[in-house]
Amino acid sequence: MKKTDAVIIGAGPVGLFAVFELGIMGLNAHVIDNLDKVGGQCIELYPDKPIYDIPALPECTGESLTKNLLKQIKPFNTEFHLNQRVESLEKKDHNWIVTTSDQEKFETPNVIIAAGVGSFEPRKPPIKNIEKFEKTNLYYAVKDKNKFKDQIVCIFGGGDSALDWTVELSKIAKKVILIHRRDDFRAAQHTVGLARDLEKEGKVEILTCYQPLDFKGDESIKTVEVKHDDGQQKNIEVDSVLAFFGLKMELGPIANWGLDLEAKSLKVNTENFETNEKGIFAIGDICTYPGKLKLILSGFHEGALCAQECFKRAKPDEKYVFRFTTSSSDIQKRLGVK
Amino acid sequence: MPKVTYIEFNGKQHEVNVENGLSIMEGAVQNGVPGIDADCGGACACATCHVYVKEEWLDKLPEQGDSEKDMLDFAFETKKNSRLSCQLILEDKHDGIIVNLPEKQG
Ligand SMILES: Cc1cc2nc3c(=O)[nH]c(=O)nc-3n(C[C@H](O)[C@H](O)[C@H](O)COP(=O)(O)OP(=O)(O)OC[C@H]3O[C@@H](n4cnc5c(N)ncnc54)[C@H](O)[C@@H]3O)c2cc1C
Ligand code: FES
Repeated sequence: MKKTDAVIIGAGPVGLFAVFELGIMGLNAHVIDNLDKVGGQCIELYPDKPIYDIPALPECTGESLTKNLLKQIKPFNTEFHLNQRVESLEKKDHNWIVTTSDQEKFETPNVIIAAGVGSFEPRKPPIKNIEKFEKTNLYYAVKDKNKFKDQIVCIFGGGDSALDWTVELSKIAKKVILIHRRDDFRAAQHTVGLARDLEKEGKVEILTCYQPLDFKGDESIKTVEVKHDDGQQKNIEVDSVLAFFGLKMELGPIANWGLDLEAKSLKVNTENFETNEKGIFAIGDICTYPGKLKLILSGFHEGALCAQECFKRAKPDEKYVFRFTTSSSDIQKRLGVK
Repeated sequence: MPKVTYIEFNGKQHEVNVENGLSIMEGAVQNGVPGIDADCGGACACATCHVYVKEEWLDKLPEQGDSEKDMLDFAFETKKNSRLSCQLILEDKHDGIIVNLPEKQG
């Protein structure tokens, strides 16, 4: 069990800036995110797109904003716990026990939910009862590529993951079959070229304008049934299936924590962004209140205000004194400014 | 104000008058029509505003841009008449348009 002043759920821009606001007050935080990287929507959905409405930053991208936030919070040596979803919150006296999908546990007086529109989860192909295959030979990511040695691997998708793995696995698999719903691939054209070359060599088979219809098999997928746009169907024998249909945001376990919800957002007060539970806060896209705007700049403001209440809960015997970063030697010490 | 008919997957119909200049996605979200999630708020980055446009209306709509084509790869059970409704901005000529909603948004 790790003890900490605050646990932040979500490493999007708003969660990252909350680390800063807590940090300059001398509070430490652990940050948990389901993705394998920090940055939330900015990194997962639009790393290269320009953003023009961050105050005093006339132009940045999702990626550069994330990089700069990480630089800004570097002095606090924050611990990130990635690839883990927060599953439950339980009350223990004045504190909360936070448990993740990897069974990591944290005890803290403050839980800041900065979970955006929810955690990023793989999108699944439109096939009934596919969950049972997830235990055997259906994958949404490659953890250990050696599993696919000498196998017939069927890959669905047209983006970088699908094409990169088509090329990579063709080196060890018996055969790779790439299936995509249209002729164009979103993936880098260079990789598409490599896959087309492998197709000519017979190592890869590429089927376009096909969509999955059914996966057949008892415990594991034995046959993949696909349908061409013109109606023709085809059965393909496989050893494993990799589906790369991107990620989707799902509210997930947050809905089960007994917090007041409105649509898919958490209701908060605008004084300190606390939810209906003491010590549980919601900031950024996940929170709602009259006039809420889902903007990064609003989330930054919300983080600053919620940090004040976090301080009171983490250090009930200390008096908080408002200070500017410009003139406070305490803050500057925490920031490592000499 | 063009009238839009949204038909949920279970067959339930919603007729809504939507202001010119708004998208079919916004028309649904602002009027509480269920079945369109629009997680990214209309930025063509989530594919959770997927609809099937009644065939006869397809050629009255703007052509698919590259980003819409790309994002449609992520939509659940796409068909020939699949579109992302945040990219469908309404004008007078769309009065009466009908869209069917998919079983789920991804
Ligand atoms: C294409 C596009 C363009 C945009 N352009 C702008 C713009 O120009 N200006 C602007 O201000 N805003 C813009 N936005 C909106 C902006 O990106 C969001 O407001 C912002 O990302 C919200 O930040 P956040 O930290 O609240 O949530 P997010 O960025 O959504 O991050 C939340 C994180 O929480 C994680 N998470 C959720 N639940 C759990 C859980 N149970 N366990 C573990 N982790 C969890 C998720 O995996 C995710 O990484 C844009 C959005 C999109 C999609
Ligand atoms: S609302 Fe996200 S793609 Fe249309």
